[in-house]
Amino acid sequence: MTLFGQVARKTWIWSWIAAVVVWFVTILVTGGASAFGLTQAALTFAAFSIIVGIGQMFVITLGPGNIDLSVPATMTLAGTVALKLMNVDDGMILAGLFTAVLIGIAVGIGNYALIKLLRIPPIIATLSMSFIVQSTAIWTNRGLRIKPPPFLADFTTSSTFGVPNVALVALFLSLLAWLLLEKTVYGRWISAIGQSMPAAKMAGIPVDGTRFVTYVFCAVLAALSGYLLACFSGGAALNMGAEYLLMSIAVVVIGGTAVAGGDSNVPGIWGASLFMFLVVSMLNTYGLGAGVRLIMTGLIIIGVIMLAGGRQPGAR
Amino acid sequence: MRTRISADAVRLLIPALSLTVLLAAVFWLQPRAMSYVGLNLLFNLAVPIALATIAQMLIMAVNDLDLSMGTFVSFVACVTATFLRDAPLLGVLILIGAIGVYALLGIVIHLRNLPSIVVTLGMSFVWAGLAVLLLPAPGGQAPDWVRALMTMKPPFAPIAIVASIVIAAVAHLIVMRSSLGVLIRGVGGNERSVERAGWSVLGARAAAYGLAGLFAVLAGIALVGLTTSADANIALRYTLLSIAGVILGGGEFIGGRVSPIGAVVGALTLTLAGSFLSFLRISPDWQIGAQGAILIVVLALRLVLNRIETREKRR
Amino acid sequence: MTGEMLKPVIAVTDARVSFGAVKALDGVTLSIMPGECVGLVGHNGAGKSTIVSVINGGLAPHEGSVSGEGETIARYGINAARARGVRCVFQELSLCPNLTIVENVRLMHRQLGGFGWRRRAKAVIEASLDAVFPGHGIESDRTVGELSIAERQMVEIAMAFSDAGIAPRLVILDEPTSSLDASLAEQMLVHVRRFVKAGGSVIFISHILHEILTTADRIVVMKDGRIVAARPAAAFSEHSLVEAMGSVVKGEARRRTARDLGAAPVVLEQAGRGLSFTARAGEIVGLAGLAGHGQTRMLMALHGANSSDWLPARDPAVTFVAGDRRLNGVFELWSILRNFSIASLGDMARGGFVRTGDEDARGAEWKKRIEIRTQDMTNRILSLSGGNQQKVLFARALATRAPVVLMDDPMRGVDVGTKQEVYEIVRQEAANGRTFVWYSTEMEEVCLCDRVYVFREGEIVAELAGDAVSEANILAASFEGAAA
Repeated sequence: MTLFGQVARKTWIWSWIAAVVVWFVTILVTGGASAFGLTQAALTFAAFSIIVGIGQMFVITLGPGNIDLSVPATMTLAGTVALKLMNVDDGMILAGLFTAVLIGIAVGIGNYALIKLLRIPPIIATLSMSFIVQSTAIWTNRGLRIKPPPFLADFTTSSTFGVPNVALVALFLSLLAWLLLEKTVYGRWISAIGQSMPAAKMAGIPVDGTRFVTYVFCAVLAALSGYLLACFSGGAALNMGAEYLLMSIAVVVIGGTAVAGGDSNVPGIWGASLFMFLVVSMLNTYGLGAGVRLIMTGLIIIGVIMLAGGRQPGAR
Repeated sequence: MRTRISADAVRLLIPALSLTVLLAAVFWLQPRAMSYVGLNLLFNLAVPIALATIAQMLIMAVNDLDLSMGTFVSFVACVTATFLRDAPLLGVLILIGAIGVYALLGIVIHLRNLPSIVVTLGMSFVWAGLAVLLLPAPGGQAPDWVRALMTMKPPFAPIAIVASIVIAAVAHLIVMRSSLGVLIRGVGGNERSVERAGWSVLGARAAAYGLAGLFAVLAGIALVGLTTSADANIALRYTLLSIAGVILGGGEFIGGRVSPIGAVVGALTLTLAGSFLSFLRISPDWQIGAQGAILIVVLALRLVLNRIETREKRR
Repeated sequence: MTGEMLKPVIAVTDARVSFGAVKALDGVTLSIMPGECVGLVGHNGAGKSTIVSVINGGLAPHEGSVSGEGETIARYGINAARARGVRCVFQELSLCPNLTIVENVRLMHRQLGGFGWRRRAKAVIEASLDAVFPGHGIESDRTVGELSIAERQMVEIAMAFSDAGIAPRLVILDEPTSSLDASLAEQMLVHVRRFVKAGGSVIFISHILHEILTTADRIVVMKDGRIVAARPAAAFSEHSLVEAMGSVVKGEARRRTARDLGAAPVVLEQAGRGLSFTARAGEIVGLAGLAGHGQTRMLMALHGANSSDWLPARDPAVTFVAGDRRLNGVFELWSILRNFSIASLGDMARGGFVRTGDEDARGAEWKKRIEIRTQDMTNRILSLSGGNQQKVLFARALATRAPVVLMDDPMRGVDVGTKQEVYEIVRQEAANGRTFVWYSTEMEEVCLCDRVYVFREGEIVAELAGDAVSEANILAASFEGAAA
């Protein structure tokens, strides 16, 4: 196979190419003056999408029908509770982080309990869970908007060697995810389950245990993203997770992960997240409003999925 | 010959019972609600939700899911509040075009074997963008005839109740009694068999999606009739509400088992649940959570009922 | 009868159908005349389902032709078959379980449409139900999903015989009495005779021999894709039918050395409705009988009882070789190497991380041992031929340390050369103490086993050991009413 053919086969390459193209087109307007600023902004905002996108990707890899719609609610709850606990105190940072992770674990367990014990399809299970979690978040978020501890506020809004810190966190988590996916037995297991659950069962893979861990992992990543986002935004807002639901699914799809399961990749999430942010920036730079941005986003998602096509008939 | 209550009647029992119980509780908490005006206020907003629920039900009947219901209804509301009032012909054309897009979606999803979640997710962005372009800020005004329709005062029951009954009846006729309805549900139940019998599954799916688009359009128009103006985010919660309504009403995600009357009852129940919680002085914070809890409880009950049903069958 | 020759309703001339290496139909000529009931019998792989698919338009023969009323039909498909009154009752459910009986009738008969169709459809199905199963007690407004299995079967049969404009002329019944009790089966057979006397035709497939003998006018015996005997029913007895199904050519008795493993420890046990199942270390235990009579279910039960869904097993007790590759065997997106290693990853990993060096080494070792024909183990699994894919599935199972290997008819559709290679490996592994539980639909394979359990209608009806493992005994036990 030619070099081009080999490169083209890597599905994630397209999202990167698209991201670079859009970046370039945006820079054109200011003649290159905003290049650095744009790149920094892209990396910062994409970081949050990347973290939740990774979690969602693991769940989607499990096979058709597997999806986690409770991501925004988990983000909100984790951000709200952690900030409240830390109470602008640098000494409580670790406790806040720990709490956020705990919330993620709890939501993940809840999701899989609904899926397994009550035999509810993942869409509806995670949807119902999101209602309950969102309510809890609203209830805990009484009164004043609590600011993040100064160290965290500083950390999340500044850079190291020119790279935004949140992007570095996202990078670390991505490396972890990549390791899990490509190098571990667990990574093989989720890919097997996504390709054929009956075959995976008969090959001796502990299907329920693996799915359970995956849903918990996704919820924990959502919680972490919420924790960071709340610190970055200077406080937890009740709708902070709203756009991340569709975004987490979109970056998975555009990044080249098979929606039918079994085939996923981490670089694609980066390319897709950067691309999504840059498209918004480009449209803003060219003076096109929110309406056009939304339409473009939608058409891109539909375009990508139409090109990719589905696998099994009957898969939702 | 044993007299058996059909399983479908049993399924209708849960939503009917929950609506009755909830209504009784509301009347007990707030006796003044037990009046013409009171009932109208309680169930007013249920009409557009019921229409959206029927639309979602049609999509679920063919084993798919529509995540763009909320943004689509918002878009239709914006069109109604602008074009339908100022340039009615153009407005009607746009709405017919929207229904056509829905049918086209059904065709594309079938031909390319696409997951409906992702496609409708993408479409939700498109409708949202179009709505924002039409009405960047809340505004517009409901056309007079729509307003008049939604504020009618029929003699015996408030318009909300009358409309709900009419919607349930029409949907029941189309989905449960007509040949088209049988075909659509058959595709959801056993697509291969339907295909082998010589029917066009593609046509059936396009029809299901097209009909869903029609009901969703009606939902948007009705909503504007009630709220008199519109904005791009007016119906975002309709996505989750419509799914919950179908399930509460006894519908299932796969297998083509749906119930239009149940769906309308489910929509009414969900609307009422909101009022009920506020009468109970439970903060609105918990309203969303309550909807989630209701969903889970209903599904758990359904599981128990199914287990009993299979045990009965085996005997 | 006038002197004019009756034309066959449907006639298949010299049909040949191959699926890869397997000859499903090897030159079959069959004519169904009006007014006759043709019984079709044969063991697994005889070609019964294939010829039925050709007749009902679901499958076009690769060679040969289909004709109706004496004229060859150019494009014979399902719609053309239905237009000629060909109906089929399959074993799997063809009704929509979420619709009522009347609504299912509407879907099956496209011409019933128009105002008031419910009344018409109701009349159609009730007439048919009353005709076939008098006193049935089934209300046609009930949802199919809430009917019992017997009632569903009754509805399907009644639908096949129903007349909503196009009268049925040839009704194919494939194991129709499998879910019916004795009295219902009797009613159905009586109706079949009535239908045939009125000029209709029926093709009747059943493993219950006395049903066929009493109902059919003519019996056609198939084996390995060919018709081996076709005589009027009166000329057959249960015994002669079983004999006809056996090997026409008594080839070399493939003698394998009889092994007495009675003293070996029991590794697996399962009780069931019939005889109980045991397997001892080092045995090759065969599961025989007609396909779909509970063998796969037992294998799944054995697997489920000895493996965990929640925690990874350090030492797996059982491993599985799938027969239906697409359904529960091959991971289509992966390479050959990954497909091979997935079941034994635990042995190739340290601390959860896969050691790719180990994986490559073991892959190469098994590639040589089982002779997987490929240049490169990292090629995609779908680049391999069917037989080689099956070999990979074998290697996957054998590479684990599980002492028991469950095999679900894995050699179906595989070429002869591959089969011989795999048999040899199974023999070697068994000699080293590994236990094999082997469900096979091919008589020759089953005869290679030390002990054989014969399944019929979901339970074990016979246990054969040593010299008793023979085609004649297995056939006798597979068919009801065929006591040897």
